[in-house]
Amino acid sequence: MTTINLSQPLDTTVRPDNYLTHTSGFMSWAFTLDHKRIGVMYMVSVLLSFFVGGVFALLVRTELLTPGQTIPGVTADVYNHFFTLHGAIMVFLVIIPSIPAALGNFIMPIMLGAKDVAFPRLNLFSYYLWVFGALFTVCSLLLGGFDTGWTFYTPYSTTTPAGGVIAALTGVFILGFSSIFTGLNFVVTVHKLRPPGMTWFRMPLFLWAIYATAIIQVLATPVLGITLLLLIVERAFNIGIFDPSMGGDPVLFQHFFWFYSHPAVYIMILPAMGIISELISVHAHRHIFGYKFIALSSIAIAIFSFLVWGHHMFISGQSPLLNTLFSLISFSVAIPSAVKVFNWMSTLYKGNIVLNTPMLYALSFLVLFTIGGLTGIHLATLNTDVHLHDTYFVVEHFHYVMMGSALIGMIGGLHHWWPKMTGRMYNETLGRVACVIVFIGFNVTFFTQFFLGSQGMPRRYYDYLPEYQIYHVISTIGSYIMALGFLLTAYYLMASLFGGRRAPANPWGGGSLEWQCSSPPPFDNFAKQPRVGDCYNFSAIRWDEKEQGYVVDPALQASVNPNLAAKNSH
Amino acid sequence: MSHSATSSHETGGKNPGAHPIVGHLVPTWLLVFVGTSLLLLTIITVAVRYIDIGEFNIVVALGVAVIKATLVCMFFMHLRWDRSFNLLVFVASVAFVILMLAFLIMDTNQYRDLQFDGNAPNAEATLQANAPGAPVARFKPYSP
Repeated sequence: MTTINLSQPLDTTVRPDNYLTHTSGFMSWAFTLDHKRIGVMYMVSVLLSFFVGGVFALLVRTELLTPGQTIPGVTADVYNHFFTLHGAIMVFLVIIPSIPAALGNFIMPIMLGAKDVAFPRLNLFSYYLWVFGALFTVCSLLLGGFDTGWTFYTPYSTTTPAGGVIAALTGVFILGFSSIFTGLNFVVTVHKLRPPGMTWFRMPLFLWAIYATAIIQVLATPVLGITLLLLIVERAFNIGIFDPSMGGDPVLFQHFFWFYSHPAVYIMILPAMGIISELISVHAHRHIFGYKFIALSSIAIAIFSFLVWGHHMFISGQSPLLNTLFSLISFSVAIPSAVKVFNWMSTLYKGNIVLNTPMLYALSFLVLFTIGGLTGIHLATLNTDVHLHDTYFVVEHFHYVMMGSALIGMIGGLHHWWPKMTGRMYNETLGRVACVIVFIGFNVTFFTQFFLGSQGMPRRYYDYLPEYQIYHVISTIGSYIMALGFLLTAYYLMASLFGGRRAPANPWGGGSLEWQCSSPPPFDNFAKQPRVGDCYNFSAIRWDEKEQGYVVDPALQASVNPNLAAKNSH
Repeated sequence: MSHSATSSHETGGKNPGAHPIVGHLVPTWLLVFVGTSLLLLTIITVAVRYIDIGEFNIVVALGVAVIKATLVCMFFMHLRWDRSFNLLVFVASVAFVILMLAFLIMDTNQYRDLQFDGNAPNAEATLQANAPGAPVARFKPYSP
């Protein structure tokens, strides 16, 4: 793998025409088939949902400042609605679509050197399904909301008087189809649209991660759809499927639900891992270590994800035989996860590390994911899980993985590709400051919850004993710090759109194809299909003062691969 | 239907001037043959219902269903002529369904001694309260 992928003259001149200016007007966005515009629409929608979900998180944390009622008017019932909405919005509207649908849509086809995804119309349809799903979820609020938790556990979800349960279930059902179609689109795109020279083991690792995610989306999400449909049927028509008083089985619901929702955890984390592989390699300017292992561990995680759902149900009445099996298999997930972490660490070793904002997010990811992953071992162990189940320890664990890893990875990726998406550079100093604030705020919020959980504070509770208060106060202060960090991020990203420095084609020194087209990319991405080699070989890429970005040095290229350089000169 | 069953499903290919062949074409006689086989197998499924061969009833019924599903996948869904990767995807998805059901049945089996036949103790009362007048399936009464 000695070839470099920058094998053609760079197509980096800022053309007067780019995907943002190619056409204009509302309709040109509403009916666009351009993957970049659809990606941007997803990104805006996801970030808006992230804001709403974040507001609910802050309300939950504020309410927990003191035992009993803290915010006037927020009763225990209202509090139940708050954490349910926080969970449902963050899982179904934010984290699941954030990386594959928003960043993936924008970056994946360009990384492949393709003009679009395999099915552009299906892509737009997926987006509108997302919008309809979100609207149904909003409608559920008008119909009385839902207080079931994002997991919709029966028999509570079939008996709660909250009027918005069916609307919310329908919303999630529709969102599921959006996810399936996106997954289907991406599987076909990766199979069919790879450029000449890009064999499976020359794909950027982000594409491997997106590919593994897409397979899970296609295989697992239909199970959620059918489960939710059964729940609607039970709630609407009193057909006993899950309610034991009608001859149903509530544990069956949990089996069905987690058969989707555990793989869904990997739908959230795998693409973030793909982003981290890119960030660490590019910002350390070093060839990724253990490429094949990282790539194959994504597939291994995708397969394992289907075999461990029962570890959510150790104390639900699941049989001891299955508990033991699921506990054993759950430990095995540690292997591919650790393979990735060790390979990222090895990539950093002796790397030329630049501590800019995306790299800081990548390093945050490494710390937070390691903590989140290791605390999973306590929960996969049968006897400790009995004590820790449904406590704040679980809340802490999955926030370290879902937020500290998946969302931090997404935000790192957003910063990494922001210059490519918008054509503008953000304020690097503010970016670093905001990242540090978010990192500190996150740990203050959630590390405290270790103590809460291990001392027995149950999750989802509105009221608590006074001895827990100090931890709740610290945790809430942490959430405010984190909110400050995110508000600062929103500020400088928005400011960059209006006054940011124009972004060069390759601001970070990346080697994959998206850095070969101008920023923002032209409507058709590439005038002619590029040829590719090893996208992690940075030896011919150097900083150019005039360009204020990285360029391929022909002299270096000739010394790395004379044959390829000779071909390119023609 | 002049194309043979072995014709390529690539588009254009050797003769760019020819009409692009979209998809794979299966001769009519084969489709009719498979369709007729499916009908015959359905008749067998129904017929077996009238013969009491104990536990083998379910074996025969499921066996026939598997054969029918295989025929549909191979000929109607063209997997017989498709890339083997597509077959792999299909088999993998079936394997996941089997995996889920196997785990569920294993779990239920562990509690076999604790289970009883018939409706749950309050099933009929609950159903009548929630949906008055709705038909209730009656099993033999619960006796602890």
